[in-house]
Amino acid sequence: MAHSSKSGSPSGSQVGIVITGLGLFTPVGGDVATTWTAITAGTSGVRDLPYDWAADSPVRFAGTLAVEPADVMDRVEARRLDRSQQSALIASREAWADAGAPDVEPERMGTVVGTGIGGVITLLDAYDVLKERGPSRISPHTVPMLMPNGPAAAVGLDMRAAAGVHSPVSACASGAEAIVWAARMIAEGRADVVVAGGTEAPIHPLTIAGFASMRALSTRNDAPALASRPYDIDRDGFVMGEGAGILVLEREDHARARGARIYARYAGGGMTADAHHIAQPDPEGRGAARAIRAALAEAEATPRDVAHINAHATSTPQGDIAEAVAIRAALGDSTDAIVTGTKSMTGHMLGAAGAVEGIFTVLALHHRLVPPTINLNTLDPEVDLNIAANTSRALPSGDLLALNNSFGFGGHDVAVAFRSDS
Amino acid sequence: MSAEILTGLAEIVNEVAGVPVGDVQLDKAFIDDLDIDSLSMVEVVMAAEDKWGVKIPDSEVKNLRTVGDAVTFIEKATA
Repeated sequence: MAHSSKSGSPSGSQVGIVITGLGLFTPVGGDVATTWTAITAGTSGVRDLPYDWAADSPVRFAGTLAVEPADVMDRVEARRLDRSQQSALIASREAWADAGAPDVEPERMGTVVGTGIGGVITLLDAYDVLKERGPSRISPHTVPMLMPNGPAAAVGLDMRAAAGVHSPVSACASGAEAIVWAARMIAEGRADVVVAGGTEAPIHPLTIAGFASMRALSTRNDAPALASRPYDIDRDGFVMGEGAGILVLEREDHARARGARIYARYAGGGMTADAHHIAQPDPEGRGAARAIRAALAEAEATPRDVAHINAHATSTPQGDIAEAVAIRAALGDSTDAIVTGTKSMTGHMLGAAGAVEGIFTVLALHHRLVPPTINLNTLDPEVDLNIAANTSRALPSGDLLALNNSFGFGGHDVAVAFRSDS
Repeated sequence: MSAEILTGLAEIVNEVAGVPVGDVQLDKAFIDDLDIDSLSMVEVVMAAEDKWGVKIPDSEVKNLRTVGDAVTFIEKATA
């Protein structure tokens, strides 16, 4: 029985689950090492859009990828994959190699990769072809490239993952949900190893127009690198980003038996919903607070145990405050957890965000270093948190717990707890 | 003419499926020898239609087993 494999695990889940591999493909770097160096140094990946259409766009900047996926991928493979699938595949291969390419039977190996929108660039480009040249000119790869389970399927095929391939879709919480579902695949005994994360390639004039129409985006066109500024009094919306983050989650005894390097432990996950509004956060942050409490409960941890929070912190006027309220509600007035908003550097990678920031949380525990929230010149007086403003902050030694929050349009609230492996 | 069509077809197969141009010979079967799957075959047909301005109906595609079959079809269609 899978449950019998647990022995003295500090994790609240029945089975010890550990993180053994990481992969990143982001606006600040084409791999984990480059990305981590950049974000701990406070480097912004937000820049002017390199596309002709940007001239007519209300927002002319984004967190565009630091490395073009097609430049680091086989040409024929690249042409059959949406940009979101390319990023996911590149990150998953890095994570798999980083984990030491463990020897796993396909039937014991799973994949969970979330996305917020799926292959929207493929879809809209194909629609242009349809209008201009007719149905006979539509590529036979169009459907596999645009379906939202496409990234999970592409990674699952590449990894020969036969235990199950899943694709949570919960807007900007998708990547975080993927981590929780991956852990549950292992906890339920369905898999020993799960490759999990999120990906997004949303940068297209239509998506930008749509988010801009919601007044969700920063319009700081004259200073892109200063546009994403969580918690700052002058924040005016989020900055779209693109890329992928992938983790290898592994049953602890499986990882220990092969002598794997363990970055951190998966301690617990909480998933709730606001039931409040399709796009506005609950100003009292009740759903978010319940998600945090649920993650701590599964981790068998108390609010005092939380040393660090990688916050959702998108840089929207309302969202940042609602989350701050939720953190205070869940952790109480005495918390001194170091909070950071790394979207200040990557932009908001939507369905990839929860996975990318989950990796940042894991790395913060591993390296005992919290990356900064840049562009935080004047803290919004409504935000009462201990924020790593503008410079990295050290974490103490010992057994530490950290949280990653992710919320999505639709009222999705996800909190994931990681514990240091000491 | 058929040599030009073979060269053009080899370029298409290379672009679509990454098969080396030199491997695309008249006697090679698309599926069994060149490992072209059904989706890639659709792409080859679409690209050939564009390149030579011909129409290759679905009912005809299943008869194009080898590269030589395709060259012959395109040659007749453009004659």
